[in-house]
Amino acid sequence: MLRCAFFRFAATCEKVGLASRTSRALPLEFFIAPYNDFIERKVMSFEPKILGIACNWCTYTGADLAGTTRLQYPPNVRVVRVMCSSRINPSFIFRALQFGADGVLVGGCHPGDCHYNTGNLYARRRLATTKKILEFAGIEQGRFRVEWISASEGNRFAEVIEEFTTQIKNLGPQTKLKIQE
Amino acid sequence: MSRIGVFVCHCGLNIAKTVRVSELAEFAATLPDVVVARDYKFMCSTPGQEMIANDIKQYKLDRVIVTACSPLMHEKTFRKVIESAGLNQYLLTIVNIREQLSWVTHDIEEGTSKAKALLNGAVYRARNLAPLSSRVIDVNPDVMVVGGGIAGIQAALELANTGKKVYLVEKNSTIGGHMAQFDKTFPTLDCSACILTPKMDAVLQHKNINLMTYCEVSEVKGYVGNFDITVKQKARYVDHSKCNACLACTEKCPGKGVSEWDEGLVKRKAIYIPFPQAVPQKPVIDKESCTYFIKGKCKLCQKVCEQKAIDYEQQDTFSTVKVGAVIIATGYDLMDTKPLVQYGYGQYPGVYHSLEVERLFNSAGPTGGKVTLRDGSEPKSIAILHCIGSRDKNYCEHCSRVCCMYSLKFAHLFKEKTSADVYQFYIDMRAAGKGYEEFYNRLIEENVKFIRGKGARVAESEEEPGRLIMEAEDTITSKFMRVPVDMVVLCPAIVPREDAKEIGRLFNLSTDKQGFFMERHPKLAPLATMTEGIFIAGVCQSPKDIPDTVAQANGAAAEALTIVSMDKMELDATTAMVNPAACCGCQNCVRVCPYGAPSYNPDKRVSEINEALCKGCGCCASVCPTSAIIARHFTNEQVLAEMEGLMEF
Repeated sequence: MLRCAFFRFAATCEKVGLASRTSRALPLEFFIAPYNDFIERKVMSFEPKILGIACNWCTYTGADLAGTTRLQYPPNVRVVRVMCSSRINPSFIFRALQFGADGVLVGGCHPGDCHYNTGNLYARRRLATTKKILEFAGIEQGRFRVEWISASEGNRFAEVIEEFTTQIKNLGPQTKLKIQE
Repeated sequence: MSRIGVFVCHCGLNIAKTVRVSELAEFAATLPDVVVARDYKFMCSTPGQEMIANDIKQYKLDRVIVTACSPLMHEKTFRKVIESAGLNQYLLTIVNIREQLSWVTHDIEEGTSKAKALLNGAVYRARNLAPLSSRVIDVNPDVMVVGGGIAGIQAALELANTGKKVYLVEKNSTIGGHMAQFDKTFPTLDCSACILTPKMDAVLQHKNINLMTYCEVSEVKGYVGNFDITVKQKARYVDHSKCNACLACTEKCPGKGVSEWDEGLVKRKAIYIPFPQAVPQKPVIDKESCTYFIKGKCKLCQKVCEQKAIDYEQQDTFSTVKVGAVIIATGYDLMDTKPLVQYGYGQYPGVYHSLEVERLFNSAGPTGGKVTLRDGSEPKSIAILHCIGSRDKNYCEHCSRVCCMYSLKFAHLFKEKTSADVYQFYIDMRAAGKGYEEFYNRLIEENVKFIRGKGARVAESEEEPGRLIMEAEDTITSKFMRVPVDMVVLCPAIVPREDAKEIGRLFNLSTDKQGFFMERHPKLAPLATMTEGIFIAGVCQSPKDIPDTVAQANGAAAEALTIVSMDKMELDATTAMVNPAACCGCQNCVRVCPYGAPSYNPDKRVSEINEALCKGCGCCASVCPTSAIIARHFTNEQVLAEMEGLMEF
C-alpha cells in the first residue's frame, strides 16, 4: 500500500510537471528509505492470527501428517477441530473475524470423499455463500479460504498455510469486524 | 466455576525442543479457573498418567487439559486415565502441540507463543464442556472379509477357527488371487500351489465360512458392531446348487474368450473354470464370449448337462449380510505398461509383463511350464527390467517392493528351464527380508548378469530381424549398452485394484496418493482404518510380499476378533440432540442428514434424532435456524469459546 502511495505521488508529480525526470530516474529506495523503520515495524513485522477450522478425518489428519513428516510452515495458524466441515455454521466465520482473526481457513475432505458421505458438499455451498456475504460486508476476498485437503496431503496443508499466511500479511490486519476493546 | 488441571508434556525433546514447556505451564497457572498446571517428560507414561489421576483427586479437578500430541494419537489413552480417576471421559481436552506445533516450527519464541494461544483456546473450551454418557450397543459376532486372495483366505480361516462366522466375498469365480497364478515363491522357491490350494480347500470345507464367489459389495450401511452390507451375486448362468462339477460343459463349449487367469496368453471357453484347482470347482458362463448370448443359439452346454444346471435366465441377485466387523483385502493390479511406449509392450511380441511370465513358468499355465516365446521358440537371451513405472515421478513414486525379489526368482527359473543368458537391469537391488540377501548372492553365483542402470528403451534389432535390442546405461562403468535379446520381462508398478476407489467409497476409507487404502496410523495402527470396525490387510494397503501379507491378515483377523468377541460395546457419545422447546419444525435437519437420523414428529411438530443412527457429523446443527440442535461435544458454545480463546493471544 505504501509503495502504491509513492508511485501515485510520483505519477502526480509527473502530471503536474514536477520532477518528472527525477521521479522516473530515482530508485524506489529513494522514496521509501526514510520510512523503512515504519515499514519494518508496521508491515513486515505484522504477524497475522489465522484461524483454521479443520475436519477431523481429512484436513486435521493431513495437518498431523505435515507434522509427522516434519514439514515447516508459519506458526500463525491455530486450528479448531470439528468432526466434519458441514459442522461449520457460517456464523463461525463471522465470529472468528469479530474475535480478531485476520484470516479464516476452512479445511475439509475432497468433495465426494467425505467421511459422512455428503457433508462437505453441503459445506461447499454454504461456504460459497458465506464468501459472498463476507464480500458484501466489505471483507477482502483473500481473508477467507476453503481448501480440500485429504489425510494423505500433509505437504498440501503446509503449502496452503504458507501461501495463506503470506496473503494475509499482504492484506494487513483485519479491523473491519474486530470487536475493539 | 470450573476447576481445570493443565498437564504439559515434553514428549522427550519432541515438544520441549521448540516450546518452553515450563514457561507454558507457568502461563497456564495464571489463566482463570486453572487450579493446577504441571509439566512432565512423558505424560502418556505410567508416572505421567498417575500424576494426572492423583491431581484429579487431590485438587478435585472437574476438567483436564492435556497439552501433548495429536488427539488422534492419545485421546483415548487420556480419556481412560481421567475415567479411572472418577471423571467423565468427555471432560478432557487435548491440545495438539506436537504434530501441529513443535514439529512444524523451528523457532522457540514462535513455538511458545503459539502454544500459549492454543492452550488458552483449550481452557475456554474446557469451561464449556459437559459430561456425556456413552451409548452401549449390541455387537454382531460375524465378520465379512472382502477379497479372496491369500490375505482374505488367511484372515477368514483364522477367524473361522475361533468359531466366528465369516462371509468371504470374492469378485472372481474362484478364490486364490494372484498367489494362485504363481508357480514358485521367493526366496525359498517352494511351490505356490502346494501351499495355497490346501488353504483354498479348507475355506470351502470350513463350516464357519460362507464363501461368496462371483459377488461384489454393493452397499454398506450401519456402523461398527452392526454393519448391514448388501452383496450382489453376479449371474453365473449355472445353478451351483445343482452342478456336480463334471465339467462336461467346458469340453463341449465352442465359445472363445480371453483367459484373464493366464493374463491373456491363451483363449478359454465361454463356460469355464479359471484353472483346474479353482475353488469352487464349478463353472460360470462369460456372457461376453458365449455364442448363445451373442447369436441367440447354441445351448450346447445345456444339452450336455445331466444335472440341468445351466440357466440362461439367471439374474443378478442381492442379499443383505449383517456383520460386526469387516476386513478389506482387495489386493492389487499391475500398472498398464502400454502407455510406456519406449518398452514396446503390446508392440513387440517378445515383451512380457511379470504376471505373464509367472504363468509361463506355471505347470498349469498355457505352455505347461515350458518357457517359450509367443512363436513357440525358446529364448536365448532374456532381459529383466526393474522399476517400470515404480520409483518414477511420472507414474508411481512408490517402490513396488517385491519386483527385485521376483526378478531374482525369474532369473533362477530361466536358468533352470532354459540355457538363455539372463540380464537384470536394476536401479537398486532391494533385498530386505528374511533370506532375501542370501538369495541374491546365490543368483550372482548362478551367472546372472546384473547391470545397474534402468532399461531405457526396447527396439527392434536392425541386424537380426525378429530380435530385440535392449538399450540401457550401465551406471557403474558409465557405458551405454545395447544388448540383443529375444525376450524382455517388464516388472511394472503394483497399483491398487481398479475398483479400489469404489470400495473405498463404500466403506468410507481414505486412500493415499497412489490410491492404496490409508491406515489409521502408519506405525501404531497399520491395519485399522479411520472407520471403526473396518480393517485392511495385504497389498490393498501398500505393496508387500506374501509373508507380510499373511502376517497382516492374521493381525487384521485378531483386530476384528477384538470387536466381534464383545457382546456389547461403547460408542462415542458425540451425537446430536434436539431441544424441542426451540425447534421450529422446519425439517432442514431431516433433509441434510446422510443417515436419516432426524425425523419429523408431526404430533409435536418438532424433529427428533435417533441416536443409534447418528454419527455425529454435526451437519444438522449448522443448518438449524433456531440452534435447537446441539451437536454434543462440538456445540456452538464450545467451538466459539475455543475460537475466542485462540484469538486472544
